[in-house]
Amino acid sequence: MRVDQGGRPLRVVLAEDSVLLREGLVGLLARCGHEVVAAVGDARALVAAVEEQAPDIVVTDVRMPPDFQDEGLHAAVRLRERRPALPVLVLSQYVQRSYAAELLDSGDGSGVGYLLKDRVGQVEEFVEALRKVADGGTVVDPEVVRQLLRRRRDPLEQLTPREREVLALIAEGKSNGAIARELVVSDAAVGKHIGNILTKLDLPQTDETHRRVLAVLTYLRA
Amino acid sequence: MSRPGFLLSAWPWRAAAYLLTGAVTGAVTLVVIVVVAAVCGALTLVLVGLPLLVVAALGGIPVAGTERRRLRLVGRAPAAGRHQVPTEPGLRPWLTTRLREPMTWRELGYALLFAVLLWPVDAVAIVVALFLPLSVVATPLLMATAGEGDEAKVLKQWTVTTWPAAYAVAVLGLLLLAPGAYVLGATAGARAALTRLLLSPPEGELGARVVELARSRARLVDAFEAERRRIERDLHDGAQQRLVALSMTLGLARLDAPPGPLADQLAKAHGEAGDALAELRELIQGIYPKVLTDYGLEAAVTDAADRCAVPVDVELRLPGRTPQAVESAAYFVVCEALANIEKHSGAERARISGGHRAGRLCLELHDDGRGGADPAAGSGLTGLADRVSVLDGRLALTSPPGGPTLLRVEFPCELTRAADRSA
Repeated sequence: MRVDQGGRPLRVVLAEDSVLLREGLVGLLARCGHEVVAAVGDARALVAAVEEQAPDIVVTDVRMPPDFQDEGLHAAVRLRERRPALPVLVLSQYVQRSYAAELLDSGDGSGVGYLLKDRVGQVEEFVEALRKVADGGTVVDPEVVRQLLRRRRDPLEQLTPREREVLALIAEGKSNGAIARELVVSDAAVGKHIGNILTKLDLPQTDETHRRVLAVLTYLRA
Repeated sequence: MSRPGFLLSAWPWRAAAYLLTGAVTGAVTLVVIVVVAAVCGALTLVLVGLPLLVVAALGGIPVAGTERRRLRLVGRAPAAGRHQVPTEPGLRPWLTTRLREPMTWRELGYALLFAVLLWPVDAVAIVVALFLPLSVVATPLLMATAGEGDEAKVLKQWTVTTWPAAYAVAVLGLLLLAPGAYVLGATAGARAALTRLLLSPPEGELGARVVELARSRARLVDAFEAERRRIERDLHDGAQQRLVALSMTLGLARLDAPPGPLADQLAKAHGEAGDALAELRELIQGIYPKVLTDYGLEAAVTDAADRCAVPVDVELRLPGRTPQAVESAAYFVVCEALANIEKHSGAERARISGGHRAGRLCLELHDDGRGGADPAAGSGLTGLADRVSVLDGRLALTSPPGGPTLLRVEFPCELTRAADRSA
């Protein structure tokens, strides 16, 4: 069964300190037709590997040696400060808005993903998210999104429930078409909702992708 | 002393040793005091004596130290001298601490009392209860040596001239040793009790025990905290990683499995692995949330509020990090309160507000529920109140029937600069 139909194979730099998971992920990505050009076990080696390999995408764990805090996340943020267009997918063991927000703040907020580690078990979803991030999309774990949906605070308070739903799906990295299918509405209706969201959140009329990211950011910070 | 084995135990000898060393150190102390006083007195005329006098004032400290050590001869309980610990290292802070605290002067007073009054008492007791009976016992020896076999004087009073009489007197001396031992025991006991009273006053002992209890409680909480972190780490590095790997393997296996009963079983197993992961994640979060370590209290409280079923507004501003123990205690108070709000209050909305003001971290949790919360009714807040009090914090709850409920917690603490997250 082909898993990833999304075109060219990706060159991936992988950082994960657990050998078991690292090997598993290398196997999984190979199985889906991607090439892991470097698999490292700590943040320092990650930065070095990215310098050396110039990969299409970086996949990293949040917690890594030496202190087992959020070294992986910080390495990712630093890498994106140097190369804002570098796509980064961060895997976390926790649903953590702070992590996701910090990551999205780096670079221009596009080409980043924050996923729960559990998602790698959902192979298709995971590889799809990987492809989206590599293509410059933004993906936030549905679990984080689900938690945020519970909060009803400014500026999201002005959004209708349907608009919030649409925004949540944007945050999950879904395209307009996918959102239309999920909500069983027309593409045009989705476009109208998104237009309303962007207006209500007072996002300036600039590049389309960029505004979507800003909307997700607003949503995360609310 | 009332026990039958007293005479045969080591205690009479220990009592004798205590009194004997007491008499000797007392005499030496007296000599030293007299000499120092004389020297100081003479030198005061040329002003050099004044600093010397200060040093002399501290003279009670070594004497008291020796005395406390000597107490071990006759008692098992340690006698602690409670001098304050100087706030800074160095001679000057030490000197000012010593000269200011009452214990130093108390010890000086004891040294004077010891030199003038107490050691003669020790000496008299030793002479009467030990040396006199011993010299009676030694009568035959005296007769053989000094008396050249003809005569011996018992206690320089009575003369014995025959060997049987000498031996009889010696036996009498041995018998006298028994009451002597009791006298020694009683005197030593009284002396030790007096020394203990003067140098380790009982109320001070209680105070010291309270201090020690508070410290040991704080150590326990620290140990508990460290254990929480260790369990969190172990679960994270062990079980959680393995489950993710398992889930990944199952996910890959599903890709390869042809549709049929095997694929269904794999899907079921995969689903269960996923559920186990979700449960484990919740469990680990409850044990010790990573966000608390990485981002501090503000982010962790916001995060806890995110997970609460009741909508919670968070107005918490902390421009820095509080000490780890405070951070963690405050966080768990918030979690417990949120759990209570979720389970019992029936509230529509809750609010967490707080900040750091005047050297205190204050947090307030407010909900519009039905009130009537009673910390005594095993709400889990009692245990938290204990943890708060270990850190000298305070926890107050007002919850009239019908609501609203307000929980307030305060910790004295200083903020440290927040770690630079971009570094």
